[in-house]
Amino acid sequence: MAEGMTWSVTDGDKLTQAEVYGEVLSQLGDRYPDIVALTADLATSTKIGRFGKKYPERFINVGIAENSMFGMAAGLALAGLRPVVSTFAAFTSLRSAEQVRTDICYQNLNVKIISTHAGISFGQAGSTHHCTEDLAVMRSFANMTVIVPADGLETGNAVAAAMEWPGPVYIRVGRGFEPPVNKTQDYGYAIGKAITMHDGKDVTIIACGVGVLQAVRAAEVLGKQGLSARVINMHTIKPIDRDAIMQAVRETRRIITVEDHSTMGGLGSAVAEVIVEGGKACAFRKLGVPDCYAIVGYPEDLYHHYGFDADGIVATVGELMRLEIEEDEDWEDEA
Amino acid sequence: MPLTQEEIKGLQKKAWEIRRAIVETTYTCGGSHIGGSLSQTDVLVALYYKYLKVDPGRPEWEDRDRFILSKGHGGIGWASVLGDKGYFDKALLKDFNKTGSPFGMHLDSLKVKGCDASTGSLGHGLAIACGLALGARLRGKDYRTYVMMGDGELCEGTVWEAAILCAHHKLDNLTAFVDRNGFMIDGPTESITTLEPIDAKFKAFGWETLDADGHDFASIGAAIEKAQAVKGRPTVIICATVKGKCVDLMEAQAPWHYGGLNSDLRDQALACIDAHYKSLLG
Repeated sequence: MAEGMTWSVTDGDKLTQAEVYGEVLSQLGDRYPDIVALTADLATSTKIGRFGKKYPERFINVGIAENSMFGMAAGLALAGLRPVVSTFAAFTSLRSAEQVRTDICYQNLNVKIISTHAGISFGQAGSTHHCTEDLAVMRSFANMTVIVPADGLETGNAVAAAMEWPGPVYIRVGRGFEPPVNKTQDYGYAIGKAITMHDGKDVTIIACGVGVLQAVRAAEVLGKQGLSARVINMHTIKPIDRDAIMQAVRETRRIITVEDHSTMGGLGSAVAEVIVEGGKACAFRKLGVPDCYAIVGYPEDLYHHYGFDADGIVATVGELMRLEIEEDEDWEDEA
Repeated sequence: MPLTQEEIKGLQKKAWEIRRAIVETTYTCGGSHIGGSLSQTDVLVALYYKYLKVDPGRPEWEDRDRFILSKGHGGIGWASVLGDKGYFDKALLKDFNKTGSPFGMHLDSLKVKGCDASTGSLGHGLAIACGLALGARLRGKDYRTYVMMGDGELCEGTVWEAAILCAHHKLDNLTAFVDRNGFMIDGPTESITTLEPIDAKFKAFGWETLDADGHDFASIGAAIEKAQAVKGRPTVIICATVKGKCVDLMEAQAPWHYGGLNSDLRDQALACIDAHYKSLLG
């Protein structure tokens, strides 16, 4: 285990986000004896069951009853425990939105929620199990911190960091069979602090979750075309790293956001809010799932279909590069 | 031990004060859920002045018994009790509902000392209570968790989800009350959605069920004491109550689920309450 780290995994770059999560949570069980893990008949799918195997007395499977699970989590937190709750993102953010908002966030309780199968990463399951709305819902809840890790190792970092972060935290991960973007866990992860994966000056691609992998791939392709693309891993959607966004606006004047989520209300909207309030002009596009219920299919096909894979990003960069961006030396007069 | 006659008289006097406070605050705040606050009063008084192990000077005391008002719209009645117990200066209730006041219709646990959980959206309290009771077991604490639901609230599916879980976990440290006043906002419960047989439903879900007269302290006390002795399963006490209890013009009147009082109505209501208790206490 690296110095200062609270967890380690073997072959972490080969595991899914949920697999790393389950392993890391079970490793944190000794450090945090007040963790109580809850799930609603998805111990295996979400991997929270690994904690349950190690600490059966601190594991509660409520059956298929998500609403009561989040209510119970609130009660356990009120009793001084540290509940960690996992189910699919669609059930957390849609079915149980009110329990998460009213029982947990309103009371600012120390409940950590790790939701899996987010976005269209469970593509074959159809719209009942897709979840392209959770970031929009969760970031609108006061007191909630919203994190979208890029890969398995970052999921481990986010889970460990969440334990030391006050109040409710929502971590959303995909089904996660994509290759990782991080080679090690030790790259200075901190909640709320964006990570520059690739520096560049012509355009900035701000991504979260599986979008980061797609953006990194796109930057490589663009490099071969002679374009310098900055890639920012915006793993924390709330509180968002405003400085990283505004620096990118000033330095590249072209911004693209990439997320496995509706283009309404998620990362793209959060970045747009910062840019508009910043008062600096730039070319801007949001990539993600448009305002529709996604078709069924394999995730990688769907990412391509909706244009937020590397191909779609490269095409959108081309479109932005054809726009004439007015040069302006005097930025101070624009806000 | 059954309540003594002296204890019962003391609780009746306290209920008299609380009902008066509810009416007074309703008058100053412009409107309240007065009907259900008056129906729940005697159970709350029995709990806070006899059975709950709490210390208003230490509202965060880890080992205190917990109480959750799942029918959160009874907040004005709950706040009247908490203020009287000394969790806060009850003079603050003059600002109930006012802009910037810590007290709104549904109490906020972050703003009101003694309020163990924020409630108001129906069907949430039992699951929270389930977590608190399970948390006591996990932490080796012997506090008890009490939760009061409205009867109309039993329409909510989440009540029954949580009921399954409380029974599954054999939470004998949890006691639920149903304030069976017979009304939801739009009218009598049975004319809107049939809830009966409530006791058979809870029994089928694995609960111990007890009936009480929710306005008779001997009956309420006996049921609470029986519930405390039950092992291996949670208990629900179904309390027969009257919505608007002690105020003739409000008793069993659906429109008095929520309402405001002008000075004439306030005086009438107080006179009714005073007459009731003067007759009761001699």
